Amino acid sequence: MAIDPIGALDEGALRALVRRVLAGLVRRGEDFDAAEDAVQEALLEALRVWPEHPPREPHAWLTTVATRRLIDFRRSEAARHRREASAGGEPASTLPEEGDDTLFLLFCCCHPGLTPASQVALTLRAVCGLTTREIADAFFVPETTMAQRISRARRALRGQRFDRPGDLGVVLHVLYLVYTCGHAGRLDLAKEAIRLARQLTLVTEEPEARGLLALMLLNHARIPARFDPEGRIITLERQDRGLWDKREIAEGVRVLQSALAAERHGRYQIEAAIAALHDDAATAAETDWPQILAWYDDLLALTDDGAQRNPGAALGRAVAVGHVRGARAGLREAYLLEDGLGHLHRWHAVLAHLYELGGDFSAAAAAYAEAARRATNVAERDHLVRQAARVRLASR
Amino acid sequence: MPKYLLLKHYRGGPEPHRSVPPMDRWAPEDVEAHMAFLRHVSEVLEENGEYVDAQALTPERTWVRYGGPDAAPVTTDGPLPETSDLVAGWYMIDVDSYERAVELAAFVSSEPGPGGEPLYEWIDIREVMSGAPSND
Repeated sequence: MAIDPIGALDEGALRALVRRVLAGLVRRGEDFDAAEDAVQEALLEALRVWPEHPPREPHAWLTTVATRRLIDFRRSEAARHRREASAGGEPASTLPEEGDDTLFLLFCCCHPGLTPASQVALTLRAVCGLTTREIADAFFVPETTMAQRISRARRALRGQRFDRPGDLGVVLHVLYLVYTCGHAGRLDLAKEAIRLARQLTLVTEEPEARGLLALMLLNHARIPARFDPEGRIITLERQDRGLWDKREIAEGVRVLQSALAAERHGRYQIEAAIAALHDDAATAAETDWPQILAWYDDLLALTDDGAQRNPGAALGRAVAVGHVRGARAGLREAYLLEDGLGHLHRWHAVLAHLYELGGDFSAAAAAYAEAARRATNVAERDHLVRQAARVRLASR
Repeated sequence: MPKYLLLKHYRGGPEPHRSVPPMDRWAPEDVEAHMAFLRHVSEVLEENGEYVDAQALTPERTWVRYGGPDAAPVTTDGPLPETSDLVAGWYMIDVDSYERAVELAAFVSSEPGPGGEPLYEWIDIREVMSGAPSND
């Protein structure tokens, strides 16, 4: 039997190879969308040719074939427009050749001119190497819709020169989006986000990149305990902590410590620190709420209008106040947020939690019911209805 | 094979056969039984090869219309009268006949309510117009 060189390269290695080739072409000054097409065509050609004639240098082989495709494409364009071949292949010299291809491609895909949905889709396609079908499945949209979204995003990048580093903050935000929408679909996008964040930490010293990786690891560690076999949500205080992934927690804590050592705290590091304190408690009762509250204070102090910019932090702080200074103090904090956040189902859920903490079960039931009415996710809605029914029973 | 939407409503429709309080006022075990039944419905439809789609809608509603050239869209503000019809969600099914759609709607309507007794909820059946050209 002939050796299959493509099969011999595992999927991860093949994706890394495709990324390197694509990054090389875009760095050289090729249009992102033409380059991606060319690399895909080169890959198809490889699948056909490599089983018979394995290349000595797969990277060089793919680059050569993709370049030939780009030249063919430009020639036919030129013929059609009856003009000289465009100068699209002229090298962009200011960008250093070294540096990681993943980071470079992330900067391209997370271009600030694109909408978040497009940034996410393009990142999954060009950086993670997922197929359009897989991405469409992950977001529960038809494949044609996702194909269109990706091709519009690529068109928007046409003519853009990637000769200066992009905004790392945007990249981190896109990775976090990939992570948070990662649990719904068939494919584990959360794992992809973690993989990319880990690569990112290898090429940037920015502590927020490590903060984001730590945050993802520390949350991901709890996933095995977050749902029961029927898919019902289990909240943190009721989770079986024996199911948490100890190895992921240990890695998350290690990464977080190295980030905090730089003493440039940011949103992701602080949220990771809070997650670490939850992960560190052997039982819910042993949670170090005073420390968590202190971190929430830091988190909200990062911006002038912390509560509006980060509603989750403001609500988390109200819960922490309830656990440190008592339910009534927590409720006072929560009601201070009503004007800005009272329309959110999470505001009502926090209120319900604090009423329950203080033993006012009928007020808790009413607040859980209102939270359920405003929920936009079926699992959460069902969870809130159950909570309402449970505390209403306790109120009798 | 014809497709049907089996619509569930938050409100509107014929006089309820059985009047029940909102679900957050049910006993917890009745809530569990109800939710387990809904999961069971989707499983049955999938096993039968009759499932197309199932979705739930939030109760928030806004009516919108074109505002005219250079004008913002016109939207209703504030809640509408409590009597207006409000869809809560649907199952879309692909079945052999109208009779089968009625049978499945009755099955959905048998979902357990307080005390484990059926809810007898009215289900709204609507046939989906086919996009395929007819053969004759």
